[in-house]
Amino acid sequence: MTKEVQVQKMTETMAKFVGYTGKVLPDDVIAKLEELRAKEDSPMATVIYDTMFRNQKLARELDRPSCQDTGVLQFWVKCGTGFPLINELEGLLKEAVVKATFETPLRHNSVETFDEYNTGKNVGKGTPTVWWDIVPNWDGCEIYTYMAGGGCTLPGNATVLMPGEGYEGVTKFVLDRMTSYGLNACPPLLVGVGVANAVETAALLSKKALMRPIGSHNDNERAAKMEKLLEDGINAIGLGPQGMGGNYSVMGVHIENTARHPSAIGVAVNVGCWSHRRGHIVFDKDLNWTVTTHSGFEM
Amino acid sequence: MIEIRDGKKVLITPVSAEDLKDIHIGDIIYLDGSLTTCRDVAHRRVVEEGREIPVDVRNNAILHAGPIIRPLENDKFEMVSVGPTTSMRMEKFEYEFVQTTGVRVIVGKGGMKENTANACKDFGCIHCVIPAGNAVVAAVCVEEIERAEWRDLGMPETLWNCRVKEFGPLIVSIDAEGRNYFEEKKVEYNKRKDEQVDLISKQVGFIK
Ligand code: SF4
Repeated sequence: MTKEVQVQKMTETMAKFVGYTGKVLPDDVIAKLEELRAKEDSPMATVIYDTMFRNQKLARELDRPSCQDTGVLQFWVKCGTGFPLINELEGLLKEAVVKATFETPLRHNSVETFDEYNTGKNVGKGTPTVWWDIVPNWDGCEIYTYMAGGGCTLPGNATVLMPGEGYEGVTKFVLDRMTSYGLNACPPLLVGVGVANAVETAALLSKKALMRPIGSHNDNERAAKMEKLLEDGINAIGLGPQGMGGNYSVMGVHIENTARHPSAIGVAVNVGCWSHRRGHIVFDKDLNWTVTTHSGFEM
Repeated sequence: MIEIRDGKKVLITPVSAEDLKDIHIGDIIYLDGSLTTCRDVAHRRVVEEGREIPVDVRNNAILHAGPIIRPLENDKFEMVSVGPTTSMRMEKFEYEFVQTTGVRVIVGKGGMKENTANACKDFGCIHCVIPAGNAVVAAVCVEEIERAEWRDLGMPETLWNCRVKEFGPLIVSIDAEGRNYFEEKKVEYNKRKDEQVDLISKQVGFIK
């Protein structure tokens, strides 16, 4: 394969995959929503869950995006230094988003800041977002895709606490956000929390946490314990589906962390909505791909 | 008019103040008839600029939404995808909007506040939410787009006058008595949140 053909092949695969993630939710999200649906007993929560599942079925049958807000595209790239398209990757991801926008179709969600106009192509300065993790001595490439909708982007918040405020302060920071903004972000939510040395590291981790499979835990025992405490605590608030009340509020709480400065605790929170459109695809050096999140995806 | 169909409570336009008497916050209803998408700029035109709304929404319903529409032949359109947008953005205009236009049913996303609650009480109107993120369910309830007005506003803001069938489920968030579901719920949520913060804080004293 020439380089040109390779680029074309990967662009097509990514465009198709991105479009697919706008129509079909990941397997783990569906499984979790099914579990939560079974645990609700009020007529209102039941009707809302029934609507959600009917919507996903119709989206698949009619081949349309399941939520009208297909978000801003974000990619989390873990790329091996030996991956043959490492130089072309960022450009081809942008091209894939434009292609997916017209083929799927996706809503035009890129407004240039300051000039304040919609580009009409769903891409702009810095969008799609591409975050890089470079993996030495590897020739593959792993990509997480995410559609960041407006409603679920809104609750995002970050701050730096004083050590005196401790993890108690982290708890309050996260829970306060759930009742002020979380209830309008289409619960049941997936909550990402970053605990780190500063505001930017915490913020980035809080979004990265949303890429983890639902049901996974932080490796650190105390962090994992806090994930569970926050999950139970937010569930006990009883936001229910759509924030209208129910037995459960979240699909999970994921914490990601780094070491910190002795005098500061950076903390951030981000949420994914029930329509948590994240995908995960891995390419080898010959561009053979494996999708781990969506068992139904094919080219 | 109200009809009970297969156990579903269906509100049929034109809706009278009388029809809304037995509808309360937390009820689940459906809508048949005339529903017009109407959001930010259209509210501004009616309330701030005093322009007459070109679609008659009196005794009918509006939807806070910006849909994806596919143009067909002969000035006809198809609803591809439609989901509610945050109703709170229209809160500032809603009292006067209801007073001027005589709309009876407002559908959107999330709660609204006193302005809207007062309008509902004073003029006989309700606010409902349709579960968000369900763009296809909502789109297939649209039988036909009958008119499109104020097209100069672009696709999301145009008044798309739709004929809908069992549009819903709609959950009543403000009723004609002015009771507000989300505001009542928020009190509960905040109380439980404070309890949980205390409970969790006792178990995360990792800094010793
Ligand atoms: S919060 Fe998510 S499900 Fe709700 S409208 Fe936005 S993107 Fe769609």
